[in-house]
Amino acid sequence: MEEISGAEALLEALRREKVDTIFGIPGGAILPVYDELYDSDIRHILCRHEQSAAHMADGYARASGKPGVCFATSGPGASNLVTGIATAYMDSSPLVAVTGQVPKAMIGKDSFQEIDIIGITTPITKHNFQPMRAAEIPRIVKAAFYIAATGRPGPVLIDIPKDVQTEKDSIAFPNEVKLRGYNPHIPLRMDEVKRAVRLLYESKKPVILAGGGVKSSNAFSELHELSEMLQAPVATTLMGKGAFPENHPLSLGIVGMHGTPEANRLTIEADVILAIGIRFSDRTTGNVEEFCVDSKIIHIDIDEAEIEKNRYVDVAIIGDAKEALKTIIEGLRSIGIAEKKEWRERILAIKEHYKERNMDEHFKLTPPLVLKTLRRVLPEDAIITTEVGQNQMWAALHFKVFKPRTFISSGGLGTMGFGFPAAIGAKVAVPDVPVVDVAGDGSFCMTENSLSTAVAEKVPVIVLILNNERLGMVAQWQRLFYGRRYSAVELRNPDFVKLAESYGAQGWRVADINELENALSQALVSEIPSVIDVPISPEEDVMPMVPPGKGLAETMGVT
Amino acid sequence: MTLISTIVEHKPGVLFRVSNMFRRRGFNIESISVGPTEHPDLARMTIMIRGDEKLAGQVVKQLRKLIDVISVQLLEEEQTVQRELALVKIRVENPEIRREIMDYTNIFRGRIVDVAPNSLIVEITGTPDKMDAFINLIRRFGILELSRTGITALSRGEATIIKTVRAV
Repeated sequence: MEEISGAEALLEALRREKVDTIFGIPGGAILPVYDELYDSDIRHILCRHEQSAAHMADGYARASGKPGVCFATSGPGASNLVTGIATAYMDSSPLVAVTGQVPKAMIGKDSFQEIDIIGITTPITKHNFQPMRAAEIPRIVKAAFYIAATGRPGPVLIDIPKDVQTEKDSIAFPNEVKLRGYNPHIPLRMDEVKRAVRLLYESKKPVILAGGGVKSSNAFSELHELSEMLQAPVATTLMGKGAFPENHPLSLGIVGMHGTPEANRLTIEADVILAIGIRFSDRTTGNVEEFCVDSKIIHIDIDEAEIEKNRYVDVAIIGDAKEALKTIIEGLRSIGIAEKKEWRERILAIKEHYKERNMDEHFKLTPPLVLKTLRRVLPEDAIITTEVGQNQMWAALHFKVFKPRTFISSGGLGTMGFGFPAAIGAKVAVPDVPVVDVAGDGSFCMTENSLSTAVAEKVPVIVLILNNERLGMVAQWQRLFYGRRYSAVELRNPDFVKLAESYGAQGWRVADINELENALSQALVSEIPSVIDVPISPEEDVMPMVPPGKGLAETMGVT
Repeated sequence: MTLISTIVEHKPGVLFRVSNMFRRRGFNIESISVGPTEHPDLARMTIMIRGDEKLAGQVVKQLRKLIDVISVQLLEEEQTVQRELALVKIRVENPEIRREIMDYTNIFRGRIVDVAPNSLIVEITGTPDKMDAFINLIRRFGILELSRTGITALSRGEATIIKTVRAV
């Protein structure tokens, strides 16, 4: 066998995993890998900050469904990845991060640009590896992709000492992974499935709560079928948005702290809740002690540790959501479902009751109107990413999503600065559809330097800034819960149009809906990135809202 | 108290992953003992935690999620042989006290493993209750130093967790 270096083995192993794009920044400890990359067909996208590299890889993963890959050097390169890795971890996104490390003999000596990235990332990765011989690299890469993408997906980090990258050896490439401590294929327990079928069959007022797990297992058509079969309305978590078409009569939109009034109302009224791939986050349940205390809860999740981590459940089905739903559908089909006429009428009545007021104020740039305009202008399969804060919650509430994997947002960690690099990653993964980052001014300023990457790499994403010159969500909390004492929330922003132009992108500032439509239609056909600055009122709140620590029944801002 | 037995990969960093999971999730380790098994590539960790059934269930599930953890078992007290080892260094002020300590050591089936003019080291093994009883008894002489290993345990009878591990 011909001898190859660890760096060559890494790139060959990545090629075998069908990696076509890597997001990263080179540096001393990963130079041997970048030297191999010089001759490689794999596209490398040069980022301006490693945090953005990780978010881009994450956005790529969420849009495409396959693991995203990022590279960073040792020390600060690796530590800059941390926020991006943690973001992927909290949202169960498959990510493979490769970092360089100082040579083996220098590890532990506080050498230049040394950091214990294995120690640092242990609590925020599904697993991490540090090969000590070049010959281990192919097996480790194979295992990393397997772990990242299967079961409950998540990030995996591989930290490779520099001398392991240069070391030559006869290196074999395994075709299979064997990990005796990891088996993501869990057979369904049929007794639990039967109990679920029985509960659903007997339910008068079922509600389905769909989370990110529906997306991970591609259980879209099964969810659709089951919902119609049971006439159960579907509310999604933020991570589940897109799991069910929001123009469907049974869609309730998102549930939780900034959920739609119909979702929160009907969730409270349900007698049986079918929760699929959700983890009962505090942002979803409000005060978990008060959450649906009188209803039976069926919980499907591939991660058994999610069962009863946050909320007691009546039936627990551990396993893949798609397989579980298929089995439940078969079970129900054999019994037959009774008409739930009263429930159907109740759903329609509630939806009608909360149907939004007529938004005919054509020239006023309210966030809901901006989002509705965006929806009207964009094709159905367009992808939107969001930053974190008011912009995110307005988008979740007012931008209807019809297709899977077209709404990408940082749910668990709530990472400001996520949306823009994630948009770039998504656009690289799915170049043929428009990708728009719904941003706030505060969030955008955290990773705006990715404009450089977007321009240089010809990735024409659109950033739509809902600009209230505030850290808007913090200001909203200060307004509502801290007696309008606006501590450290007012921002002095750059001129976003000039900023865009100085990076070689294009910018617009719009004053009304017509101008917004114009800017969007130009941006959509443009081959360079666009920034659209939309000034909005700094006093505008995201409503409805369940105050922190309260139950869903105490939703504010609903008439 | 709940006793958990786990079989893990016998390689560097695994104890860190396990203990870090406890720290990150806010679980408390009462005692932990780690050592190799009859298979050179596997180690056994015996972990004692304080908490109710719900907490124990969550700990077991979180342990199972770790890739380096191969097998996890909750040990039921009646079905388990539990042992701990302690070394106790005791102050000896006069020959009478030495005599007394030796008597207690015999009653508890311990051994004197070091003798010095003014001290003794006693080795004692047994269940945690037995250790506590011995330590309480000799406390009045003055304990100079004490080192306990934490519990190690095996379930009774033929069943083993390693057998299931090897089959995978």
